Amino acid sequence: MSRQTGHSDTTWQRIAIALPYLWLLIFFLAPFAIILKISFADPVIAMPPFTPTFGDDGALQITLDNYAFLFTDKLYAVTYLKSVLMAASATALCLLLGFPIAYGIARAEPETRNILLLLIVLPFWISFLLRVYAWMGLLNNYGVINNLLMWAGVTDQPLAMMYTDFAIYIGLVYSYLPFMILPLYATLERMDLDLVEAAQDLGATSTVAFWNITWPLARPGVIAGCLLVFIPATGEYVIPYLLGGPESLLIGRVLFDEFFTNRDWPLASAVAIVLIFLVVIPIVLLQRNQARATENAA
Amino acid sequence: MKGNSRFVISVLAFGYAFLYLPLLSVIVYSFNDSQLATVWGGFSMRWYGELFKNSQIIDALMLSLKVAVSAATMATLFGTMAGVALSRFGRFRGRNLFTGMITSPMVMPEVITGLSLLLLFVSLQQLTGWPSQRGYGTITIAHTTFAMAYVAVIVQSRLAAMDESLEEAAMDLGGRPFRVMIDITLPLIAPAMLAGWLLAFTLSLDDLVIASFVSGPGGSTLPMLIFSKVKLGVTPDINALATLIMLFVSAGVVLAWAIGRRMQKA
Repeated sequence: MSRQTGHSDTTWQRIAIALPYLWLLIFFLAPFAIILKISFADPVIAMPPFTPTFGDDGALQITLDNYAFLFTDKLYAVTYLKSVLMAASATALCLLLGFPIAYGIARAEPETRNILLLLIVLPFWISFLLRVYAWMGLLNNYGVINNLLMWAGVTDQPLAMMYTDFAIYIGLVYSYLPFMILPLYATLERMDLDLVEAAQDLGATSTVAFWNITWPLARPGVIAGCLLVFIPATGEYVIPYLLGGPESLLIGRVLFDEFFTNRDWPLASAVAIVLIFLVVIPIVLLQRNQARATENAA
Repeated sequence: MKGNSRFVISVLAFGYAFLYLPLLSVIVYSFNDSQLATVWGGFSMRWYGELFKNSQIIDALMLSLKVAVSAATMATLFGTMAGVALSRFGRFRGRNLFTGMITSPMVMPEVITGLSLLLLFVSLQQLTGWPSQRGYGTITIAHTTFAMAYVAVIVQSRLAAMDESLEEAAMDLGGRPFRVMIDITLPLIAPAMLAGWLLAFTLSLDDLVIASFVSGPGGSTLPMLIFSKVKLGVTPDINALATLIMLFVSAGVVLAWAIGRRMQKA
């Protein structure tokens, strides 16, 4: 891609690589080693509240207790599974809603398209926390939706929507929908619509044309969108905390509580390590997908 | 074959209503005179007045703005370097690891990023005595780390879309790579850098989870303060604060969009 000139390896280029590289090594990669280290320690009442890796006599003191606890206590297995399943379902819902929206935007007139796109991006710039907060006011027992339903005579008593899994789904889909729509739009916008037209001229129904042409061409966008929603949703903390009930424990919240409420840093670290293993595969898939997309664009 | 089917148009209408009605309801209720956030008690601006008397909110806002400006500036500096390196320097040693470290922070669940950085700061403090307290400095470092990824991606995609012939022509005319970089490449990616700075600024202002981990006692950012109030339920003064934030952000985004369009047309 880039052409190699004789003086490509000059000092300033090395600096331009080294500075961000070092920063990320120290503040992104190294901390993972520290989490790993602490996940093998015992909790103690001290500051910091865990045993050092090497004792006073220099002997290695590591324990697998935290992991043993994670894998034997059913609560954690259930919580991990529930987090992954909820994130996956929310991803599917985002795709279901996001695909027609992205499709509609991509096929609108250029002037309208710009405004529609701006309206998708705008909520993304407005505070995530405040967007979740907005739903608290809507879903409450005495919130806007229940007031409307009771006023319209649909129900006599408020529907319990707040503090349920339903509310978590609403929050997840609402917050992450733009992450699905934008990559989908990017692939659909580049797609040659003549192909669909040609297929239809040759007698394909619109369903057949969709599954044979639109869907395969949109695949990189579908993959990117799904992963961009799924990965952060798996470890989500704010949405289950504010909208979910006490029994709807998700792993992000368990980690947070283990760390701040129980002050069990080693266990919280072990919870984090297992969560990292869960999301590392989708992250690698995402990077492959992006690399392929850049190659194709070049 | 332009135009959309009725199905697509109804989904679009539903989608936009879904995105905007909740925000609209916050705005409407911010003018509610009642102390109870869900009962309409007549129109009033009193909650806006209360906001400006609340020194806690003003302090948190100031800390958030300070962090956001510093983090966005550092993220733009490092992110631009990384973006240029990835799209113009060809292959170099450790490039794959670099790409991985650039893109991962964008999707990494926030609880992991937050926990890992706090543990790093605690370990560093044990070893070196720094950082002696957590707050402005540690939050800025944390935000720089994840925001630089966004800047790098924006700069990289701008450079990928830009053809290299201008830079090549300048080099063929005898320009040294460094001069070509400063005189040709940088002006071309300046809009991307500005967009990156704005995005980094917003992301930093918006972050709750990572800041909660890496901040210390007393160092509350605006989202941290809002979260501690919101935990207890919907309150009218948060409605007013949310409305102000939404109006401010929307005005900024629409303005940036309008300027961008004018530049494209010119």
